[in-house]
Amino acid sequence: MPGLPADVEPGAELFSVPRTIDRDRLVRYAGASGDFNPIHYNDRFARDVGLPGVIAHGMLTMGLAGSALSDHLGDPADVLEFSTRFTRPVPVPDPGEVQVQITATVRSVHEHTAVVDLAVQVEGRAVLGKAQAVVRLR
Amino acid sequence: MNGMAQVDAGYLGRVFTGTPPYVVSEVKIAEFADAVGAAAPVHRDPAAARAAGHRDLIAPVTFAVVVAQRAEAEYISDPGAGIDFSRVVHANQGFTHHRPITNGDVLHTAVHVQDITARAGITMVTTRTEITDDDGGQVCEVTSTLAIRGEE
Repeated sequence: MPGLPADVEPGAELFSVPRTIDRDRLVRYAGASGDFNPIHYNDRFARDVGLPGVIAHGMLTMGLAGSALSDHLGDPADVLEFSTRFTRPVPVPDPGEVQVQITATVRSVHEHTAVVDLAVQVEGRAVLGKAQAVVRLR
Repeated sequence: MNGMAQVDAGYLGRVFTGTPPYVVSEVKIAEFADAVGAAAPVHRDPAAARAAGHRDLIAPVTFAVVVAQRAEAEYISDPGAGIDFSRVVHANQGFTHHRPITNGDVLHTAVHVQDITARAGITMVTTRTEITDDDGGQVCEVTSTLAIRGEE
């Protein structure tokens, strides 16, 4: 299992990967997470509360970013801390899908850990703010 | 437009522990891993999980939100708390893992109402949910901030 090597340098880009979100994935996440807020599956309800339409769960977007990082590391237990702000809603079209680009860069390196920035963008605009993980060094 | 007129700031400092324990299952780990696109074998193959040094299958890094949101509901749906869920937007989320959530864990929760701040018609409510195992060991600390719009 590779993990993040102790000699990693600040500024190193670990990966940049696309992930897609469609309505099918929203239903799947709702069932898996137990978050059945109708703004994530019902357009009429979403518009009634002032949204452009159905939006992705913030925790789905955060989950996709966390999984991209943990799959890169190999062992999810290497992710010691993970936090974010939800800065912009992610509308999910029907039919169709939205593409989320997830880019991980090393911010700083410490004795046993590194801080990794996760830039999460839709059409070049950030949808998560200050998404950061503290990762154990191998 | 007064958020505080709705959200009861008197709940600050309260702790909710009334949610029954959450029992982690192989099926739920796999469902969640599928939903968030987590492909690592440690979520699905017990032998791979053991080879990585874990007792059994481990959950994805954000799985703790399932356990935490279930427990937060005891506070959020308390009529006295004054939180109108149709006016809620998720603002911040954070996880501090003490060890990975593992298949078979029996998880207990304590939801601390950590901050209630009203500003410009929006009330920010922050909870910190401490997740512990059956032996009382710390598993994960989950911090969540909700933004609640006041009446227009």
